[in-house]
Amino acid sequence: MNAPVKQVPMTAGFPPNPVLVKGDGAPLVYLHGLLGQEWGGFLDALAARRRVYAPAHAGSDEPDELRDLDSIHDLLLYYDDLFEKLGLAQIDLVGHSFGGMVAAEIAATYPGRVRKLVLIDPLGLWRDDAPVQDYLLVPNERRAALLLGDPARADVRAHLALPADPAEQVAALLHRISALASVSHFIWPVPERGLARRLHRVKAPTLIIWGEQDQLVPSLYAQEFAAKIAGATVETIAGAGHTPQFDQPERVAASVLKFL
Amino acid sequence: MKTIWFHLQGYRDLPDDFSKRYESVWVTPPNDELCDSRQVAKYLRWNVEELELADKLGFDGLGLNEHHQNGYGFPVSPNLIASILARQESDAAIVVLGNTLPLYNPPMRVAEEFALLDCLSGGRLVAGFPVGSPMDTVGCYGIPPTQVRPRYYEAHDLIKQAWTRPGPFPFNGKYTKLRYVNLWPKPLQKPHPPIWLAGGGSVETWKFATDNDYTYSYLSFQGHKYAKTLMQGYWDQVEKAGLDDNPYRAGFAQIVVVGATDAEAEKLYLKHIRNFYSKSLHVPEHMMAIPGFMSKKSVAFNLAKGAGGIRGAITDPYSASWKDFTETNKMVIGGSPEKVAGELEEAIRSLRIGHLMILLQIQSMDRELTEYNSRLFAEKVMPKIRGIWDQEGYVDHWWPQGATRHRQPLATQAKANAKARVAA
Repeated sequence: MNAPVKQVPMTAGFPPNPVLVKGDGAPLVYLHGLLGQEWGGFLDALAARRRVYAPAHAGSDEPDELRDLDSIHDLLLYYDDLFEKLGLAQIDLVGHSFGGMVAAEIAATYPGRVRKLVLIDPLGLWRDDAPVQDYLLVPNERRAALLLGDPARADVRAHLALPADPAEQVAALLHRISALASVSHFIWPVPERGLARRLHRVKAPTLIIWGEQDQLVPSLYAQEFAAKIAGATVETIAGAGHTPQFDQPERVAASVLKFL
Repeated sequence: MKTIWFHLQGYRDLPDDFSKRYESVWVTPPNDELCDSRQVAKYLRWNVEELELADKLGFDGLGLNEHHQNGYGFPVSPNLIASILARQESDAAIVVLGNTLPLYNPPMRVAEEFALLDCLSGGRLVAGFPVGSPMDTVGCYGIPPTQVRPRYYEAHDLIKQAWTRPGPFPFNGKYTKLRYVNLWPKPLQKPHPPIWLAGGGSVETWKFATDNDYTYSYLSFQGHKYAKTLMQGYWDQVEKAGLDDNPYRAGFAQIVVVGATDAEAEKLYLKHIRNFYSKSLHVPEHMMAIPGFMSKKSVAFNLAKGAGGIRGAITDPYSASWKDFTETNKMVIGGSPEKVAGELEEAIRSLRIGHLMILLQIQSMDRELTEYNSRLFAEKVMPKIRGIWDQEGYVDHWWPQGATRHRQPLATQAKANAKARVAA
């Protein structure tokens, strides 16, 4: 399962963004989470009805690029530029995890750009009584459990399996390491940068999807988001973790498409 | 050849099953379970006494470093301890290796405190500028891994300017913006105290050392055999930069234990060596190799060559033998004074180093054993290695101007001291 890559040239010294593009229909942009850019059953299902654009998070191939992106504010300008280059005026925006945090920020900063917003287990808020867990200074097994699910599960193991070829293996590991580095640039050590103060500006109808067994961001955060975005609806996915679209791709895709 | 008595200032009594019960000695070992402030009160006094003893025993320098939230060594602010040493009348260097620049906000604090220490000590300060370990910077101080080096470089520029430019002047950095930089006082040494870099072998740091003509010290516990390849990488960079091969461009840390005989050394120290390697170096891979801390290039390099842990080749330090530590892997130099002197000279010449950061206090060793080890070394080993590099005529351009001890042979110094005592 994959999608063609469109190399979108960027300005200000940034290298092209390798946007995965597939499908026909109204534009939908998907912003990935902590596992880095990847295409799977969930995006394939969305692409059956929509034209899906799945960019790579800035700096996720070469973290050195982040030197010119100091904050979430710079990152929002980066995505605004990217949408411009893609010729996208108004979009439906789906963001997962860190991508969900960025999607919420985009919807709050550019309310006119986002027609409908879907947040899947987004980061961005913080409660002292239910802290978001650490994903960075943890063993690989623990990270797998937080982001995907029990590493003993065959599907989790298969998803994280490395290629046998040594060169490809190094490339795959670098991809994962760089993705984590590029995200941590913006959210380490606590993934909260004032989004709570800005969420009231979100005008787009919003669907909040949460894996009920999310070990990274407890599902009570769904209500936190819902309380701050007018008219938002929450859908909890039973039996799913931080990445419900990995656990139940068809189910989550159906919910998203129904909402859009 | 300069020998710097270096104190890690670790916690001396971690439980025997520490590394089985806890994930890491750094960042997360629960303080209330493991760290008794009453014990620390005692150990801090010992630490200072041991450093003062090293001064009296004639070591060329006294070494301190900075680390946070761990049992391996928690000299959280080396400047505090250094200020006690700076107060003593002495001609030994105070080697603060160093202040972890990315952790200071604004880094003016480092410029100020180092300047103060330099004045207080009579120009005996070495100003160490380490980047910091991933555990300290990312783990304990919450700096995003990708920002550690940029913050480091900017802090370095600010401190250098604060020391050398006439104040007041503005500084417009990314992380630090100051309208008025106007240091009171500037350091006693001109243009500034010698700047030493320290690291675990990152290519970027070697380059930074040669770009600025700084000396670089490789700090690891894997011993000189393992260090050979890494130090060769540094010397290759020195050559590439067109600089001379002066051994004082390089330093190295080494655990050394001396006994009256080889057998006595094993009897006295093996349990402390095992203790150190099994507990103090108990840091998991996910805290040492944090995504974004190293450049993509360095990560790719390490992945390709298959990087090892900081314990080196020893798989179970709890049960490793004296031979494992001192012969098979040569992580520790230990034995009779003759054996230690011979092996040290070999290491010094092989790595081509002018500054030896010698570790004679190893975590669980008590005050008495530390003194025994230090005395034996000072009396029986140091005289044998002190003259290394003298015949070749190398001059140490990275030694503090006020630290004049090394220019006098030990015997002369002792005589001078005796004379001073009689006069008093």
